[in-house]
Order: sequence, then C-alpha cells, then structure tokens
Amino acid sequence: MFKKTFIRMSGLGGQGVVTAAHILGAAATREGLDSTVNPFFGAEKRLAPAESYVRISSERIFERGEVLDPNIIMIYHPHVITLGKCYTMPFFDGLQPEGLLIINSEKPLELGDEELARLADLKARIFYVPASQIAVEVAGTELSTNLAMLGGLLGVTDLVSMESIKESMAERFGGGKFVASGTTAALDDVLKSKFAKLSQLIEKNVEVIEKSRSSVQEYLIN
Amino acid sequence: MVREQTVVSPEHLFFVAPREEVFITGSEAVAEAIKRANVDMAIAYPITPQSESMHLVGDLYAQGYLKDYYRAENEFAVMAAIHGASLGGGRVFTATSGPGTLRAMEMFPVWAGARQPIVCAFMCRGVSLPPSIQPENIEMAMLLDTGMMMFHAENAQDFYDMILKAYIIAEKPDVHLPVGVFVDGFFVTHTRDKVMLPAGDLKLPPYNPQHAPVPAFDMETPPMRIVRDPLLIKSNFISYAANASWHQEVMAAAQRARKHIVRYMGGLLEVENPHAKVFIAASGTAVSQSREALRELRQEGIDAGLIKIKSIRPFPEEEIVASTVNAHLIVVPEFNAGGWLAREIKAALNHNSRVVAGPRVFGGMTMPKELIVNTVKNALKARAGVS
Repeated sequence: MFKKTFIRMSGLGGQGVVTAAHILGAAATREGLDSTVNPFFGAEKRLAPAESYVRISSERIFERGEVLDPNIIMIYHPHVITLGKCYTMPFFDGLQPEGLLIINSEKPLELGDEELARLADLKARIFYVPASQIAVEVAGTELSTNLAMLGGLLGVTDLVSMESIKESMAERFGGGKFVASGTTAALDDVLKSKFAKLSQLIEKNVEVIEKSRSSVQEYLIN
Repeated sequence: MVREQTVVSPEHLFFVAPREEVFITGSEAVAEAIKRANVDMAIAYPITPQSESMHLVGDLYAQGYLKDYYRAENEFAVMAAIHGASLGGGRVFTATSGPGTLRAMEMFPVWAGARQPIVCAFMCRGVSLPPSIQPENIEMAMLLDTGMMMFHAENAQDFYDMILKAYIIAEKPDVHLPVGVFVDGFFVTHTRDKVMLPAGDLKLPPYNPQHAPVPAFDMETPPMRIVRDPLLIKSNFISYAANASWHQEVMAAAQRARKHIVRYMGGLLEVENPHAKVFIAASGTAVSQSREALRELRQEGIDAGLIKIKSIRPFPEEEIVASTVNAHLIVVPEFNAGGWLAREIKAALNHNSRVVAGPRVFGGMTMPKELIVNTVKNALKARAGVS
C-alpha cells in the first residue's frame, strides 16, 4: 500500500498501546521488513494519554521519536477524541493523504463538520471497530482491547500476516525474557490470571483478533 | 551461583565473533553489553528513562553474571559507592538520567581525579528547566569539563558496542579515566530496533587493577595517604604544584585515549560523503534525524555530507577541521536548548561563520527531518544572496 507505513496508536494508559506496537513491530521484523517501535507517555499512570509509534518500511528507518506524519492512526479509546486525550490537536494532525483512521467505538463518534471536511480533503478513510466490546465478549477481559485493535488493522490492511502476529504474541507473553515496567508487569499478571494456560491466552486472543478483523466497518464521509 | 562464560580477547568480541540479529530496546542493549563485560559490581538508583536498564542489570546479577549489585539511597550515594568499589579494584557499572546526573555531579570529577576506569551510562533527559522526563541532552553540556571521557551513541547498536569498548579504552594504563556513554533517553532506551549481538556466553577479560597508574586501595595502600595528604591537607608550594600537574595529567590521559578510540571505535567521528561542500554535523539521535534529512536533500539535488561525532571528550577538533576544510556550510542540529555541540565545533574551526547553530529541539519532541532540510536550504539561499 505504502512503501513505508508509519502508524500512530493513541490511547489511554493501561490500554496496551505499547504492547500492541511491540507485537506489530516484531511481526513486521519477522517478515523481513525494517521496523522501529517506540512509546510516548508522561509520568506513567492509567487513563492518562499514552501513544506508541510503529514505523514499517522495506528500507532502513533512521528517524526516531513520535510519528508526525502517520499513514495510519489507531484510536484506542473514544476519549482520545472526545476529551482531547492525545498529544496532537486535532487527533489526526499530520495524517497523510489517503491515510486510514481506525477507531475503537461501537458507534460512529460525532466529529465536527470542519474535521470531517479536512479528512475528506485528505481522502482519508475512517473505520470503526468495537474493539473493547469484542475483547470483553470473546476473551472475557477489556485488557484484550489492544489485540482487538490489531485485528481491526488486519481487517483494513495487509501490512503483516495473522501468523506473524500470532508468533509475536506468543513470544511477548510466552517467555520470561520480556522486560516491562512495574505497571505493565502488573497488567501482564492480571491478563495472565484470566487464562488457565498460556496457550489459552494466545488462542483466545487470536479469536479476538479474527472477530475484530471481520467486524471493522467503514464510515463514509459525505 | 557464577555464570559460566568463555573469556575472549576484546578484539575477538568486537570484530571477529559471529553476530545474530535481535529486535530489542536500547535498555535491553545495555544489559546485553553488561552481560558480556565481565563486570564485578553494579549499583543502581532508578530514574526514568534509565530504570529498565539497571533493572535488567539487576536480573543479570540474579542470574550470576555479576558478583554484586544493590540499590543505593540516591544518585549521589550510587556514584560515591561506585567510586569506592572501583578504588578497591573492581570493574563497575552504573547509569543515571537528567536530574540524577545533576544530583550526583560532585562525584564525576572525583572519579576522573582518582583516575578510575568507571563506565557510567547516561540516558539523557530534561533537567527541570522546566520539568520533563523526555529526551534532551543538556546534561552533557554540564559534564564537558569534569575530566570524564564522553561517547555519544546514535542508537541501540552503538549503545551496546560503545559500553563494551568504553571499558577497554578506559582501562588502558596510559588512559585510566572514567567514561560516560550517553544516549538520548526514550529515542534509544525505549525504541525497539534491530541490533547485532555476538553469543551471550562470551565475555571480556577481567579488569587487572595492577595495570594502573594508581594502585588499588587495600590495607597496604590506605586511601588517606594518596588522596588527602599531598593534594589537600598540606598548604605549600609542592601541594599546589602536585594538584596542578595531576590535573594536567588527567587532561593528557584523555588525549592519549585518542589512538585507542581510533582502534576500537573506528575514529572519534565518522564522515559520510567527505567531498561535500555542505555538511550536517551532529551526535546522538540528531545523527539519525540527519540521515533522513540527507536522503531528502539528495533527492532535491543538494549534495550534502554527514559528520557523526562519536567522541565528545576527547573532542575531535583536528578531525573536524580536516573534514570541513572545503565546506561552505556546517549545520549543527541538536536535542537541547543550549547548543553545546555547535559551541564546541565553532571553537574548533577557523571561519566559524560557516557554522549554523541549529535547528534545536528540546522538551521531548522529535526533530522532524524537514526542520533540518529547511535550515540547510535557507542557509544556502541566504549565502547565495550575500555573494
């Protein structure tokens, strides 16, 4: 689709934007692409704005820091838009022409006329996926929202394969090798406690990803 | 529990041992370096964005790679205890960031004055000017004249390599000085990228405290006799002369490190496209941003080169003069408000009006490549207008 794809994931602390970015970047690397992944957050706390960035390209990526010119913006919580809990104003600042917006919401949000006009000028496409709802229904925990959002991404692009995502997910939650900050480690423990076995955690989340992949709905800007 | 590893020569570990690609953060790259560094002791005090690195070094201790590790009371206590552990003849490691660096400030000249080959990583961040945990390297300006050697890593690969090489350079008997290995926090520590690593069961030879210009302290060589008597307690001509000559010797030792930096790190700087008339000169993450800017400038037909400065102390004055002898323009992008690198470069060059001190980004945001591209283009336009 793009020679290089830059993705901005905007969410709230505790929703797993950093973990989702890690899994996506690792999956891209698995497929022989170049990828870098980095987060942006303030003093770590739940429900505060948190963003992460994934750069994927067929050539070497040098640039660092927040993605200012995303091709894809993934919004993990409606509050990012409705309460302005993000690091850019408006939330789609920097979106490239023909860029994609993937928003976690059961129903379309009321965007202002001016915002919709700007998105139409960019020939942007807006997609909604009820990621948190699917997470609760299929995996029994809202903590799977981040993986449901990756499902939404797979539903509208072919950036990486489901198989690579699955392998990266197993690597992330499987070994004792992963290093997380204190709060992330605590959330990992909560997530793991929801499932009897690691294999079950992976299987359920694969189901989450499949379900949200097929539940993405395009919102047409008139 | 002691971890079984094979001791190999530094040359083997750095240049010969086969490497494999991994996808890790800069913090994980620090741990991979320490795993192979044959470090005796590490002391930690957490501060963002350094915390994960020293947490991982603690894990290495639990796995038997280090002989000792603990969390000290604060950063000053860490740096003072590291001083003590090194005086006792150990190879030591610690790391800090921004306000932690400033809190521990008194100890850095002490390390240099005591001629200790301590390696400390600095994950640079804002220093409450105003408060910020985000990337910014103003603390490097404050350490320029502490007597420490200073290497600035561009990415996780550099960070891994420079930490290991810092030990070998620092411990040369004709050098024997502390080394700070710096990165811009978050941009390197929290960014996941491809890094090439040799096998984890290899390690550097141990530090030999007998190969040193000053003896390690023990019951025969108590600290008081060396440090206090001649330099501080006596008030006579000899004590002042001793202090001054010792001070000069610290600075001379950093100059003697140049040949070792060339041997192990391939030079104090790297030049890309050496015949260019326009250069971007940078260190740390600003180098990565400059690489993207260069791609764009070349697409627009502007033939620009890159000077990546790896060693800040000793500073490569002569190398910068030589590599810019035909340059009309030298743009210096930096991740700090003060512009310390531009000051250093201007001080080294004749005709330093060729230097454009900027663009600068601080407070935590990234530096868009367009900012560098536009600075180059505007400077070229301004100059064309003048001539």
